[in-house]
Amino acid sequence: LQIFAFLALMCLILAIGNGIWEYDKGYYFQVYLPWAEGINSASYSGFLMFWSYVIILNTVVPISLYVSVEIIRLGNSFYIDWDRKMYYPLNDTPAQARTTTLNEELGQIKYIFSDKTGTLTQNIMSFNKCSINGKSYGDVYDMSGQRTEITENTEKVDFSYNPLADPKFSFYDHSLVEAVKLNDVPTHRFFRLLSLCHTVMPEEKKEGNLVYQAQSPDEGALVTAARNFGFVFRARTPETITVVEMGETKIYKLLAILDFNNVRKRMSVIVRSPEGDLTLYCKGADTILYELLHSSCEALKEETTEHLNEFAGEGLRTLVVAYKNLDEDYFQDWIRRHHEASTALEGREDKLSELYEEIEKDLMLLGATAIEDKLQDGVPQTIDTLAKANIKIWVLTGDKQETAMNIGYSCNLLHDDMEDVFIIEGSTSDDVLNELRNARKKMKPDSFLDSDEINIQFEKSSKKPNILPDEQANGVYGLVITGHSLAYALEGNLELELVRTACMCKVVICCRVTPLQKAQVVELVKKYKKAVTLAIGDGANDVSMIKTAHIGVGISGQEGMQAVLSSDFSFAQFRYLQRLLLVHGRWSYIRMCKFLKYFFYKNFAFTLVHFWYGFFSGFSAQTVYDEWFITLYNLVYTSLPVLGMSLFDQDVDDRWSILFPQLYVPGQQNLYFNKMVFVTCMLQGIYSSLILFFIPYGAMYNTMRSDGKAIADYQSFALVAQTCLLIVVSVQIGLDTSYWTVVNQFFIWGSLSVFFAITFTMYSDGMYLIFTASFPFIGTARNTLSQPNVWLAIFLSITLCVLPVVGFRFLKTQLKPTPSDKV
Amino acid sequence: MKNKTNSLSQEGEARPSRCPDNSAFKQQKLPAWKPQLNIATVLSSFFLTGAFCLSAGVCLILSANSVREIQIDYSDKCSDCSKLRENSSNWNKECNCSVNFTLKEDILGDVFMYYGLQNFYQNHRRYMISRSDAQLLGRNVNIQKSYCAPFTTYQNGTPMAPCGAIANSMFNDTIDLFYNLNSSVIKVPLLKTGNSWWTDKNVKFRNPKSYNLSSAFAGTARPPYWQKPVYLLDEENERNNGYVNDDFIVWMRVSAFATFRNLYRRVRRVEQFADGLPAGNYTFRISYNFPVTKFKGRKHVILSTVVWSGGSNPFLGIAYVVSGTAATLTGFVITAIHLTLRKKKTYF
Repeated sequence: LQIFAFLALMCLILAIGNGIWEYDKGYYFQVYLPWAEGINSASYSGFLMFWSYVIILNTVVPISLYVSVEIIRLGNSFYIDWDRKMYYPLNDTPAQARTTTLNEELGQIKYIFSDKTGTLTQNIMSFNKCSINGKSYGDVYDMSGQRTEITENTEKVDFSYNPLADPKFSFYDHSLVEAVKLNDVPTHRFFRLLSLCHTVMPEEKKEGNLVYQAQSPDEGALVTAARNFGFVFRARTPETITVVEMGETKIYKLLAILDFNNVRKRMSVIVRSPEGDLTLYCKGADTILYELLHSSCEALKEETTEHLNEFAGEGLRTLVVAYKNLDEDYFQDWIRRHHEASTALEGREDKLSELYEEIEKDLMLLGATAIEDKLQDGVPQTIDTLAKANIKIWVLTGDKQETAMNIGYSCNLLHDDMEDVFIIEGSTSDDVLNELRNARKKMKPDSFLDSDEINIQFEKSSKKPNILPDEQANGVYGLVITGHSLAYALEGNLELELVRTACMCKVVICCRVTPLQKAQVVELVKKYKKAVTLAIGDGANDVSMIKTAHIGVGISGQEGMQAVLSSDFSFAQFRYLQRLLLVHGRWSYIRMCKFLKYFFYKNFAFTLVHFWYGFFSGFSAQTVYDEWFITLYNLVYTSLPVLGMSLFDQDVDDRWSILFPQLYVPGQQNLYFNKMVFVTCMLQGIYSSLILFFIPYGAMYNTMRSDGKAIADYQSFALVAQTCLLIVVSVQIGLDTSYWTVVNQFFIWGSLSVFFAITFTMYSDGMYLIFTASFPFIGTARNTLSQPNVWLAIFLSITLCVLPVVGFRFLKTQLKPTPSDKV
Repeated sequence: MKNKTNSLSQEGEARPSRCPDNSAFKQQKLPAWKPQLNIATVLSSFFLTGAFCLSAGVCLILSANSVREIQIDYSDKCSDCSKLRENSSNWNKECNCSVNFTLKEDILGDVFMYYGLQNFYQNHRRYMISRSDAQLLGRNVNIQKSYCAPFTTYQNGTPMAPCGAIANSMFNDTIDLFYNLNSSVIKVPLLKTGNSWWTDKNVKFRNPKSYNLSSAFAGTARPPYWQKPVYLLDEENERNNGYVNDDFIVWMRVSAFATFRNLYRRVRRVEQFADGLPAGNYTFRISYNFPVTKFKGRKHVILSTVVWSGGSNPFLGIAYVVSGTAATLTGFVITAIHLTLRKKKTYF
């Protein structure tokens, strides 16, 4: 946009110049050159000349830039697709750039919003530990603990690609198997519950080949565990559930399913066993279930709580299971009311949940399950690298606080070096505010002073979408915020507090958040921070977040394709993110910046020569170059070398970029292409154009050729100027290129030789005789380029254009080395 | 293109693995040369170019200084004629003017005679396009289609030959040089031809074909400012007449700047002038036809020799010396900065 203003300004200057010239000189020069028809005053001529100059100088606004930018982006996206180091052989998934327009933004990421399950973790649930009747199972005492049941049942468990050998499916604790074998009643009841209380659909394609279709991997893991321990869930009809209990088939009548939902956070089934007993089995989140327990199991509750804390401390996902034997009469009454409620026309939901509450109480605690969701390979290292690259990582997860924090610790998000980890868990708006303020006070005490810049800024302008500058905390901090508090914090007046506090922390973990909140958090940061955000996730619940962030990355993993489909980039493993950002993103960004810098430079150098010539040609919109050269300059002579540079350039290679994540930081601050850089390359262009005009001008002014003929004719001057320009521009790209492949060499030398070939062809006799009107420059190349002083002028312009740049760049690397120079 | 074929081939063969090819191109591992600006290359480039520029500059200055040049502004000296020409109604009145000058030393070698114009905007865009190259090639073309207007046809429809503002404004002073030797006046022999580019003379300009020139230009009229038609530009030499007249060709090669000089005549090296112009008194006799004072223009007549680097313009030489000095100095500055920085580094 400023370019347009600049263009208009130049044209205006030239138009005014033309007005003055026509008034001062052109009027008297009419003897030889009458004014064109219809022009009767100098000012009118100036007005027309404004538009002529718009046409001539419009090359400062590089239209062809857009085409080239698209090509470069496309090329760089293909590099992402082609990268073997982002290919995951296990499920044959290469990385995929689904949009081709965001590559350079990958090099500028400041905030990463990550899902946890399936993104940081594998989302392969394995039943890891349990607590039954106050006894904890699952701790490893003996590595040889292999179960016999698995061979009895099916080999293929529902996670199809790695059977027995995979430790994920093994259970190491012998004692649990013993307990099962010993017909321990609570243990049997525990596994019976697991095999009954779920919504898993079995699929038995062949005899003994069971595949479970589970809505959530947790359920699948639990059912699979039950199956492995001898309670095989076999088949399901709307009214019955077939379970093979320790080898004998039992058919349970399914009387009611009390669904799971986010409010209840539990589910129950009511079944009648073949023996006729009525039982309600329930599993759910500990906090909820504990309130529904029968008072008789207080002691057990304490023990189980201990175990639960232990499990959560290991980052396991826990569920509590409980049962209740039902009284026949009561149940009949209940089921009747349930039927009424479920057919009610009004308030069905409410009535049903009331009924559910009624029956789900005085439960007998059975125990707890703990499911492990393993971290993906390389996650801690990746997070470490990304953190070193000054990227702030926010984990948004639906898990509960302890689990989330433990995952945080285990994948290096939170670590002991941190000064403090703030936990925001207030349940009222005021609490949250206070907690946030306290955190901020600790991180940066002056931020509450009235003299603080940001406070001043906010007092001044009460308009909402303010861009907050980055604030520096006095140490490394982490922040954990629960979904409950987050809901308050996202409300109007607390938003700012949240952003200011959270953005000072290195790591933010939001737990128990809903998909909508995920998107809101991303939106919040986008709104207040001038930063590029990236959201990475794998499941449907991440879609909103992925769509909100500038860049969405989908993990093509366990939870289907929704995330991938709405993402911009996708790959199979979280650890590829570091390569995507630090290598591909960084390269794309640097290439794009170099490209833009060079492109603007070359067009400025090209166009401004016309501007200077205007002062010498009566502001008559006379171009300096041959019109063919103007046409071909961007199209042929200079397009390929710059494309070659911006497709192949690497300032440091991929290993170094990952080894030195600091190299990523300049991109975040957009150091390589901002207004300063633009102005610099504009000034460089102006300088070059001055040289390119005045050196040939001085060299040809009032002198002659070595054979005594006049040299300063327009055509010779045009040729000299354009030869200088093209060589200067080619040398310049040579200076910019830091990675010379064969292709670069070929493009640069090729473009130069094409220039000379085309020039000599166009200026030849034959072309003139055939197309007289199009090629009036006949003979210029031969006659002019044979002059020694012409070549001396060309050499001098090149030297003067290039040497200062060399010196300046060298001094810059000496005095103010950039991180990549240091490497 | 490459990208497309790749994805096609993947789909076509339905390869079981979607693993990308392990080619250097795709993995961005093309072998490459990674030049870096280090102190050695930078300093050597500065000092080498500095040395080269200095020596080239000195050579250029020396050779430019060896050029002998005499430049006389005769639009002032012939002010009577200038005034006469300001009134366009006097166009057919002859006006002659003499300018004397003295050579204290011989001018040796080839001597060229130029006319120089100042403030004459040959590089004005509308001026520059006001010609018909096809017409000048001797083709029978409709010049209405060219940009020659308003110098295309007369009101009665007769086309101008040659058409256009450039041709119309052709420099039409005649300048003769006389050598005054012991009260006898000798006309210095001057060559009219060989002053233009070979390509212009032989390719770009051709007369229309006919049995003689005047019939070739039948049906056309001279441009309004000309005194004689184009086929009478040089009555003595058939090969220098019409469009292929050297004066005309030289004029038609428009200058890039408003101040310029065009080659007018060359001294023919015979008799006394075999070695150039001997010292003595000379006179330019000018038949003054070309008005310039109206637009504050000036006319010069220039006598000059040439060297390998052209004329007496010292610009290139000075520019070379200056940039050579600058490059060398910068080289030293860079060395100094580099040394201080390196010292600092060792302290850490």
